[in-house]
Amino acid sequence: MTKWDERSKAARGVNRRTILKSAAAVGAMAITSSSYILPALAEQLTPKRGGHFKLGVAAGGTSDSLDPATYNNAFTEVFGHSLHGYLTEIDAEGTLTGELAESWEASKDAKTWTFKVRQGVEFHNGKTLNADDVIASINYHRGENSKSAAKSTVDAIEDIHADGPETVVISLKSANADFPYLLEDYHLAIVPAKDGKADVSGVGAGGYVLENVDYGVKGNAKRFANYWKKNAGWFDSVELLVIQDATARTNALTTGQIHAMERCDLKTVHLLEKNKNLEIVSIGGTQHYTMPMHCDVGPFDNPDVRLALKYAIDRKQLLETLLRGYGQLGNDHPIASTNRFFNKNLPQRQYDPEKAKFHLKKAGLANLKVTLSASDAAFPGGVDAAVIYQQNAAKAGITIDVVREPSDGYWDNVWLKKPFCQSFWGGRPTADWMFSQAYAADAAWNESHWKNARFNELLIAARSELDDAKRLEMYSEMQTLCSNDAGDVIPVFANYVSALSRKIGHNKIASNWDLDGFRCTERWWFAEA
Amino acid sequence: MTSIPKIVGQRVALGALTLWIVSLIIFAGIQFLPGDIATEMLGQSATPETVAAFRKNLGLDLPLHLRYLSWLGGILQGHFGTALSNGREIGELIAPRLFNTLFLALSAALISVPLALFGGIVAALYRNTFIDRAINVVTLASISFPEFFVAYMLILFLAVHAGILPSLSDVDSSTSFLMRLNAVALPALTLSVVVLAHMMRMTRTSIVTLLGNQYIETARLKGMAEWRVLVRHALPNALAPIANVVVLNLAYLITGVVVVEVVFVYPGLGQLIVDSVQKRDIPVVQACSLVFAATYVLLNLTADILSIVMNPRLMHPK
Repeated sequence: MTKWDERSKAARGVNRRTILKSAAAVGAMAITSSSYILPALAEQLTPKRGGHFKLGVAAGGTSDSLDPATYNNAFTEVFGHSLHGYLTEIDAEGTLTGELAESWEASKDAKTWTFKVRQGVEFHNGKTLNADDVIASINYHRGENSKSAAKSTVDAIEDIHADGPETVVISLKSANADFPYLLEDYHLAIVPAKDGKADVSGVGAGGYVLENVDYGVKGNAKRFANYWKKNAGWFDSVELLVIQDATARTNALTTGQIHAMERCDLKTVHLLEKNKNLEIVSIGGTQHYTMPMHCDVGPFDNPDVRLALKYAIDRKQLLETLLRGYGQLGNDHPIASTNRFFNKNLPQRQYDPEKAKFHLKKAGLANLKVTLSASDAAFPGGVDAAVIYQQNAAKAGITIDVVREPSDGYWDNVWLKKPFCQSFWGGRPTADWMFSQAYAADAAWNESHWKNARFNELLIAARSELDDAKRLEMYSEMQTLCSNDAGDVIPVFANYVSALSRKIGHNKIASNWDLDGFRCTERWWFAEA
Repeated sequence: MTSIPKIVGQRVALGALTLWIVSLIIFAGIQFLPGDIATEMLGQSATPETVAAFRKNLGLDLPLHLRYLSWLGGILQGHFGTALSNGREIGELIAPRLFNTLFLALSAALISVPLALFGGIVAALYRNTFIDRAINVVTLASISFPEFFVAYMLILFLAVHAGILPSLSDVDSSTSFLMRLNAVALPALTLSVVVLAHMMRMTRTSIVTLLGNQYIETARLKGMAEWRVLVRHALPNALAPIANVVVLNLAYLITGVVVVEVVFVYPGLGQLIVDSVQKRDIPVVQACSLVFAATYVLLNLTADILSIVMNPRLMHPK
């Protein structure tokens, strides 16, 4: 980390002594601050208009489409945020702000939400945004026959109706204090209504107008002249290129064919750091690697066995080897340190073979033999991680048989099916969302089959609680429960590591998703042509 | 002369049979892969309800043989159908990709074939000398490197250090011909390096084996220069096996270049078929396989016809 600081300061002509001093200071700071951004870039810079921005993304295929219900990779997600607006937006500080919703308020029981639709917003086809467009856009994901990946998100909606052209009233099946956060879901793009149905052909109210798209290859869009945001959408045009091979992406960036790339190859990123024309951006976000064990299958049905396995993994080693330091230690719960309800008082779990043995003994076992289904499809380096875990656990008297599962069909055949496997979560912006999707007793993706009465009681109670202090207390307790009792070993949180040409200017980069919350095309600009 | 139409007729019929068998094998093969398009498309976000809605929507709940027959019916009427994943016409999906693939294959062939013939003749002319051995070592070494290694080496020297050619083959329908040539330069060079050795060695060997013949002796006794002996008398007789190898390599250039496409991010057919297999998009995989199989059948047919045309004894059977 200090290396990048040195370079960015040096570039601004600071003398050597200050560099070393500030580098040390930042190094000390980096230990305490989890989300980390270059200090030189944290200050506000003045953006400029113009230029053709080319971005290389790692994922995208010929089966993509412009239909927001199908967005499932960086290409569609970034392209979607270029073309479309959403009701709400998470800014660089992690705060929820209104985008196409100007404001909102909740009823006292947090069950009915009233959204004020922003006035004077124009779609690319000239239509003016009103409540009907919002309703059609959300209803598009609801209903029996919905194929939308956001179906489970909008299932919470009991009824949605307009109250005049500027107001949308949404009533929920049960209370949810975080509901406006859910509307930030990248599938829930606001599209114009056509005869009461959502028009998903790519017309939106975003900063860029669709020019052409060749799925799995590239997409082009040009600036929307009547974009309502005056302080965003700086490029004249943007081009997204799908470059799946990390080496090809890196080559394209170093030879100047693209201006930014996502997902640097962590094995070679230290070489990229030496390139003076590039800036490496490493953002601590919500994405984390998990190893779920089924709490209703022996031997994992014993909480002490679960704890033994949690103490038997060397998180620091995984962070240093698997992620080359580009991440943070996990504490066996899925809430990122950037979350406003993160439990700061929960001590970090360390690698401790003695404690692991102690818990094994408590469970009445002298030694333990388990099978771990591993795959690089679960997360990059999954098999390596499993082998490291195997070595760590051996010192605690635990034998881990690593079974390498095929990447093909991993999510269908292994995940949720094998009693001890590996998994990956991009994470969710709110604690409730994350817990509800993967830890609630009745969640479809409760990957560890964990059913803790107290946890589930708190989960429901926290949803209708509008007092943030009380919610912090509740979520803190839930994180403690999760860490000490749940079936997920969560060793590390992985940073989003991207590389940008020095020509690109930007402010603080958001951590809710990769590439500035998928909004790089509207937030970044060319500092020099 | 009568034999050529007959052979073509036979080959076309056999080719059609081959294509049908290929389509059967591919269709059945994909069924053995874990998961189907619904689970692959939805990935981690697949719930039983969304998967069921997805399958119903695409007609995947129908039995296997009915799906195959309806697909076959469509093909016989001349349309490939639509992609399961995004409902686009497969013809539309494949046409620009096929054009890109053919463009790259042709560029590579235009570089490698003349070079291989020339190199082969030179090697035969100076056989068992230092030149012959040098040519042999260089081409054998290049064929022994994996394609991606050759590709990365070329990128390192020509794109990163020299900066004269792009490392990304960024082409689309609006790219001009010259820009297109510039974009495919590195992948075409890579492919040329890979296929060169095979063709060159075949040229050399075919020529050298003919050199013991009496008519070569006669030509030499006439006082002809050695290179003229080779080009005028040996080469025409050696063309049949050379044509065979050239055609085989052409087929390889069209069907087997996925790795090169990935390294240079070139939007060819290989990328499309890999993508479609991953997503279990059966109609697209079928269509691509048929295109590949048809390429092989057609090129082999061409090779056979060429060898007949080049061999007077076959042209005028008694």
